[in-house]
Amino acid sequence: MSLLRLGALDVLYGDFQALFAVDLELAENESLALVGANGAGKTTLLRTIAGAMTPAHGTIEFAGSDITKAKPHFRVRQGIALVPEGRRLFPSLTAEENILVGAVQAGPDAWQLAKIYEVFPLIARCRNRRAALLSGGEQQAVAIARALASGPRLLLLDEISLGLAPAIVDDLYETLAALRVAGTSMILVEQDLDRALAACPSVACLLEGRVVLAGPSARTNRAEVIDAYFGTTS
Amino acid sequence: MTWLNAAVQGILLGGEYALIACGLSLTFGVMRLVNLAHGDLAVCGAYLALVFSSALGVPAWWTLPLLLPLAFGAGVVLQLSVLGRALRGGDLAPVLVTFGLSVVIENLLLVGAGANTRSLDGGRLAQASVELAGGIVVSWLRVTGLLVALAVLGALQVLLSSTSWGRSVRATSDDVDTARLVGVRVRPVFATVAGVAVATAALAGVFLGMISAFDPLAGGTLLIFAFEAVVIGGLGSLWGTLAGGIALGLTQQLVGEWNSQYAVLAVHLLFLLVLAVRPQGIFR
Repeated sequence: MSLLRLGALDVLYGDFQALFAVDLELAENESLALVGANGAGKTTLLRTIAGAMTPAHGTIEFAGSDITKAKPHFRVRQGIALVPEGRRLFPSLTAEENILVGAVQAGPDAWQLAKIYEVFPLIARCRNRRAALLSGGEQQAVAIARALASGPRLLLLDEISLGLAPAIVDDLYETLAALRVAGTSMILVEQDLDRALAACPSVACLLEGRVVLAGPSARTNRAEVIDAYFGTTS
Repeated sequence: MTWLNAAVQGILLGGEYALIACGLSLTFGVMRLVNLAHGDLAVCGAYLALVFSSALGVPAWWTLPLLLPLAFGAGVVLQLSVLGRALRGGDLAPVLVTFGLSVVIENLLLVGAGANTRSLDGGRLAQASVELAGGIVVSWLRVTGLLVALAVLGALQVLLSSTSWGRSVRATSDDVDTARLVGVRVRPVFATVAGVAVATAALAGVFLGMISAFDPLAGGTLLIFAFEAVVIGGLGSLWGTLAGGIALGLTQQLVGEWNSQYAVLAVHLLFLLVLAVRPQGIFR
């Protein structure tokens, strides 16, 4: 059964249309790499799924129910969690408080703090420091932990490697791989194409607000993705 | 010795200013709402206490258990019906709407209660006094006023720093869009914050009504004092607001001791001085 199904989504910012008739389907336990150039609509798509924007047309189905018009807090309760671009932690709250805010809509089998600290020893060390004072890697780990604290079935990750040292990014991706094995579905927006394709079994490419390529990563060749990425046809 | 006495009175009065100011600071910090009717809501609290205390024949502070839940409810209703809508209407709408609300409240009070200056019956608390070392006499009412203000500010601080509600409030204050996205229900947060703001304003209004006097148009002055306490103390810090309120009370009483005509002017000058020299507030 599909976990998430987007049907012909049109999303507008005022007069500017950011997404055109986007169809996308994600099965339970599946991970999708969402790639595309800057301004292609990747962040808009994730924010629409999380409920920050309402589509002008089209439908969003999650776990069999229509959530097109549902409020963000309802979607969090249903199991959708977003790790926003730029991390967007609450700067005056401590690392631990940030994670607890992420747990306000937590279901019964959501992650407890102890488990989060076990998976992210990095956060355990800085749990009582204010988010504004954390390093970039610590902030990104807290942002992911904040999303996990709600017990998500679908994790939306927007540019988590931006501005971080490669070693820290490797650690984060290892954690994500473990989550995937544990059964969490993901949509991953990532600039590093090789990393994205390696991390996710399937890939979709956006170009100027339209899905121009979708399929399993293994059967998609890198040159094809690059063509779709830049809109150059060979 | 009269100077020392004035200083003590100033500190005691400062607690009430801080109590009015904390609601203003909270609504601005969390919702970015500048509530120009805040002082009038405090005056409404005083009038409501007047009605209850004369109907029931009890001192004004006895009516607080009845008054405070009502004020909290009024704040919630106001937020859900008027202020929330105004906040969605752009930057200018809340200023216009709360200004209009202020005019409406003042005129309703004029029509309903007349223009006379009133004062609340403090009962035995108002007559009893205690003599401190050095012959300074303070009324129990003013001491109680300061203690109540300290207790309310302290309780608010605990609620904000260590409850789930407080975390949601602070997260919303930091970044409302992200708070919404991680699952915080912003409408109830805003409504409860408005409820707390109106309840604390009404509480301060009742104590000020017992300590001094009020009339239907007193809200404007209270609003300015509350703003000044917030700015002097520094936005977003409850203890800073308390210190700001005490700075106002001290200035008012000390200058008043010298020449009562300049008491209020001195308060405004202090405020302008802080704005010019340390616009982020003294205590930040």
